Amino acid sequence: MVAGPRGALEMVRGLRILSRAVVKLRPLLVHGPTRGFSASAPEPLHVCVVGSGPAGFYTAEKMLKGHEGAQVDIIDRLPTPFGLVRSGVAPDHPETKIVVNQFSRVAAKDRCSFFGNVTLGRDISLSELRKTYHAVVLAYGAESDRSLDIPGEDLKGIHSAREFVWWYNGHPDMCDLSPDFRNTESAVVLGQGNVALDVARILLRCKTELATTDISDYALDALRGSTIRKVYLVGRRGPVQAACTAKELREILGLKNVRVCIKEADLVTSPADEEEMRNSRIQRRVYELLSKAARTHKDNNYEDQKELHFVFFRRPTKFIASENDSKVGAVQLEKTALKGDEVTGKQFAVGTGEFEELKCGLVLKSIGYKSLPVQGLPFDKTRGVVPNLRGRVLSCESETARVETGLYVVGWLKRGPTGIVATNLHCAEETVASILEDDKKGVLRLPSDSEKHGRPGLLEILKQKNVRFVPFSGWEKIDSKEKMAGLPRNKPREKITTWDGLLEAADL
Amino acid sequence: MLSRISRIGARLLREATAETRAGHLISSQGSNRHSSPVVTPVLSLRNVLFSTATSGGQDESSQEKISVTFVNKDGSEKTISVPVGMSMLEAAHENDIELEGACEGSLACSTCHVIVMDVNYYNKLEDPTDEENDMLDLAFGLTETSRLGCQVIAKPELDGLRLALPAATRNFAVDGYVPKPH
Repeated sequence: MVAGPRGALEMVRGLRILSRAVVKLRPLLVHGPTRGFSASAPEPLHVCVVGSGPAGFYTAEKMLKGHEGAQVDIIDRLPTPFGLVRSGVAPDHPETKIVVNQFSRVAAKDRCSFFGNVTLGRDISLSELRKTYHAVVLAYGAESDRSLDIPGEDLKGIHSAREFVWWYNGHPDMCDLSPDFRNTESAVVLGQGNVALDVARILLRCKTELATTDISDYALDALRGSTIRKVYLVGRRGPVQAACTAKELREILGLKNVRVCIKEADLVTSPADEEEMRNSRIQRRVYELLSKAARTHKDNNYEDQKELHFVFFRRPTKFIASENDSKVGAVQLEKTALKGDEVTGKQFAVGTGEFEELKCGLVLKSIGYKSLPVQGLPFDKTRGVVPNLRGRVLSCESETARVETGLYVVGWLKRGPTGIVATNLHCAEETVASILEDDKKGVLRLPSDSEKHGRPGLLEILKQKNVRFVPFSGWEKIDSKEKMAGLPRNKPREKITTWDGLLEAADL
Repeated sequence: MLSRISRIGARLLREATAETRAGHLISSQGSNRHSSPVVTPVLSLRNVLFSTATSGGQDESSQEKISVTFVNKDGSEKTISVPVGMSMLEAAHENDIELEGACEGSLACSTCHVIVMDVNYYNKLEDPTDEENDMLDLAFGLTETSRLGCQVIAKPELDGLRLALPAATRNFAVDGYVPKPH
């Protein structure tokens, strides 16, 4: 067989893949075999992705597929990659985490590198990144919380769901949270979205079931000593508007030894509700699940059961301290009624002036995450997102806004903190399409951009600032140590939950 | 010949990933209710490796196959032959068709969403389970004949099946069916 130019390329590709398979995962061999072909290789397009969650990794993947010359560096402030797949997805949802296999294959590609333990805004500034890369894609998500702005929000025993989730998932910033489960039998979760359902499920789920997940060991210990028997999920609107998905709802409604309490009166629907359900398959299916649960659980009542209460049409108005200390003792709720918005057709909740108190010793606020800006980044404070046009960052919200050349945004920072892992796939496709379009137009690689060297430039800056980064091989060391530590306990991994521990495990 | 080297290399690499994946799944998913779709992709990848390595890439004639056409996002088509018993997700991945599969067939995502283009074929499929419908709720560009690729398993009656990848479907109607909002 005669090998034409194409055959030769294929052979090189084949040998390269073979050699990679043999020296499996020698990650710092980034450029090796491609160098010899630099004459035919396309001019590099240096891309930096900030944040290594689903939005970041899907962007890297689409970028590498969409542009043969793309060299993608992913930086993350944590020593570990994968963002909320590691610190957000619940420990009892291992299937949802399988996507890290795909992301790891992206990270193992020759044209992709990971730099953990590098914080945008502290170790490197946005303007430095923009001077180093042709395109900078911000994918750092939402690491703060919306607040209710009601009295008593600072009382002890009140946490945001994000903090609580980070805590049980072993995020190194939240390992010291130590929520108190011992001095109360009731917890109130404010919100009825999937995160609210996650935290309620973790509180109620049988601990032997949690013991074989990757939940952090301190969280498992604390939950084993929990005296919480009742969890209240509070929503401003009704069962038709509950923000959760059917999968999560079906799961919590089927928990062993948990009685589900739903007031039948709350299930009565209005014509506006019916209209909403006609237009939304998911709302209809969620409502059906709730109605069915209300019927089947009505007659079940065993003494040793825990209870899950769905509290609809209530909004929190005040947190009340327990008698002797600064700890929360109750939540004051105002009854609400739904009112239609003529423009959007959606219904929103308005207070009725009727109040009640719900006693509890623990409150988890699951009312939404919030993104934070960094210096030099246009930011829409009211919406909590970066103003953008199909992923291209705009200088401001107004119509006269200009495009910030070479600066892009993806994921929660682009569209707000909603959606599932897969939502980021389409979100990343859109942003990458914008980058490719801009590159075709020639605006990303002007003669004046000749100083943008990408990776060597980043390494130089990190060296100058004495920043020790964790490469993907460092994460793989953490990964294998965690998996080893999980083995004796029949856990998929035992997470390392401190900064020092992580950096040490990465051999830094 | 040369391209075969590249293919074998790719498969070796996939095999390596499949091994680690299998180890992870066994340790973490003991209680998974949908254990069969979780485990099958791993096994079938291995079968492909062995058949390639031993028979030099020849198709195994003992196995019954059906013909399936994927219509890509850009409207281009690719017809492949799929062994009976294999899921459309696996078949797509074996044939470099760009169907995502974030959860690798464990019914925890909606990324392998496909649209059955002929309603008669759609009707030949088993009804989706509640769990599949829960995921379809979240699928991008859902239609009346949407399914998850990991849950559509090749069987003889499906010979000639045509599946569209969602982005391509926004501009055309499914054959013989007008998609309605759900």
